[in-house]
Amino acid sequence: MSDSMKIGVTVNGKKSEREVEPRLLLSDFLRHDLGLTGTHVGCEHGVCGACTVLLDGEPVRSCLLLAVQADGHEVATVESLSGDGPDRLHPLQEAFRDSHGLQCGFCTPGFLMTLLPFLDENPDPSEPEIRAAISGNLCRCTGYQHIVDAVLLAAKRRRA
Amino acid sequence: MKPAPFAYEAPNSLPAALDLLALHGDEAKILAGGQSLIPVLNFRLSQPARLIDLNRIGDLSYLRRGAEGGLSIGAMTRQRVVERSPLVAEVAPLLAEAVPWIAHPQIRNRGTVGGSLAHADPAAELPALAVALDARFRLAKSGGERWVAARDFYTGLFATLMEPDELLVEIAIPPAAPRTGFAFMEVARRHGDYAQVGLAASVTLEEDGRCRAARLVFLSVGDRPIEARSAGALLAGQSLTPEAIAASAAAVNGEINPFTDVHATADFKRHLAQVLARRALALAAQRAGRATGNNA
Repeated sequence: MSDSMKIGVTVNGKKSEREVEPRLLLSDFLRHDLGLTGTHVGCEHGVCGACTVLLDGEPVRSCLLLAVQADGHEVATVESLSGDGPDRLHPLQEAFRDSHGLQCGFCTPGFLMTLLPFLDENPDPSEPEIRAAISGNLCRCTGYQHIVDAVLLAAKRRRA
Repeated sequence: MKPAPFAYEAPNSLPAALDLLALHGDEAKILAGGQSLIPVLNFRLSQPARLIDLNRIGDLSYLRRGAEGGLSIGAMTRQRVVERSPLVAEVAPLLAEAVPWIAHPQIRNRGTVGGSLAHADPAAELPALAVALDARFRLAKSGGERWVAARDFYTGLFATLMEPDELLVEIAIPPAAPRTGFAFMEVARRHGDYAQVGLAASVTLEEDGRCRAARLVFLSVGDRPIEARSAGALLAGQSLTPEAIAASAAAVNGEINPFTDVHATADFKRHLAQVLARRALALAAQRAGRATGNNA
C-alpha cells in the first residue's frame, strides 16, 4: 500500500541513508533506525515536547514529522551535545546538573534541544522569557523552577 | 499511536501538486506544517489513503508587500517566519501581536499560515485573525483559481467552502484604514494551550476622534470564527467612553454560541468574551488614537 522510500538525512553531522515507509515518524526513525535513543517519545501528538530535535537548526517535534520529510535536511539530537563523548557534558547540560534541573530525566533531551537555539538568540534571558520558551515542554518532576534556574546559570556562564 | 499506511507524494511545484489533487482530491489529505494533521494520523482518527506533502514547494513560502500596501502571504509560510518578520510588524501589527499566542515555538517552526487557515479549527487564532483583517484567500486548482473572502470561507466546524481539488495558496491582507488600531487577546489555562476564548478587535476613528467602525472577531465561541457585528456596530459614530465600550461588550453575548469543552464551560466562555471585548476595544481605541493617518 505504501512503498518504502530511500531517504538521506544528516543527523548530528553524519549522513545516513535508509529505506523507510512514508508513515515512519522522524522520532521513530531516530530511535529505531539510527539507534539514537536520546530522543524520547512521550505523548506522540505534539504536546509534551520530549521528542524535540533541531531540524535545520530550529527546534521541532520529531513526533510530528515524517522521516521522509527530513530527506535532504539536517537533524541534531541530544546526542550531538556531548561531542567529545559521553563523559563530557555540554555547558547547558552541566548547568542542568548543577541546578538540579532534572530528576527522572525523561523530558530533559527535549528541554535541552529547545533551549539550545533559545540561548543563542537570547544570551541574557529574563525568567518570564525562559518560561515562555519552555512552555512547550512538560516536566513532571521539577516543577520547572530548577530548570529555569539552570537556564539562568547557563546563560550567566556563557556571558562570563 | 502510529499512522496507518498511506501513499506519499511530495511534488516540488504547485502545478504538480494541483495535478495530484485533481487526480486524488477525494482520497488525499494535504500535508502542510502537519502540526494538526500528524497528531490525527498518529491517533488514527483519520486514515487517508494518500498524503500530498507541500513542503518541497518553495514558491509557496513568502511574505510580500501587497499591491496597495497590504500584505501578501504564501500559504506555506511558517508561523515562526511571520512572527519574526519586520514587514508583518509594520504592515499587519495585529498578526505580529497574535502569532506568538499560537501554541509553542516548536509548533510555530513547522506550522504554516495556510495550513492553519484551511484546517478551520474554531479554536485556532489564524482564522479569526484573517476574518478580522478582511483577508482574502486565493484558491487554486488545476486549470483555474478563485479569490474568496475569509469571512465567507468558513462554513462550520473544521469546514470550509474549498473543493477537494482546491488548494489555498495565498493570503492577501489589505492595508488598514487610517486611524485604525488593533488588539489581540486570549485567555488560556497555560501559555500555548488552546484559548478558552480569544478575540481580535479593531477600531477605526474619525478625524474628530469618534468611532467610525469597530470590529470584534472571536475564536473558540462557536463552530467557526465569530464576528460580533451588532456589538461592533453599536460603537459607530460614538465617542469611545468606558460606558459605550461596556455596552458594546455586553451586546457580544447575543452573538456568540460557545459550547462547553474540556477547557471551559459555555457560561465561563461567555463571561470571558465580554471581559475580553471590553479590554480589547479599549486597547484598540487607544492605539487608533496614536495612529497617525497610516497603519496602526
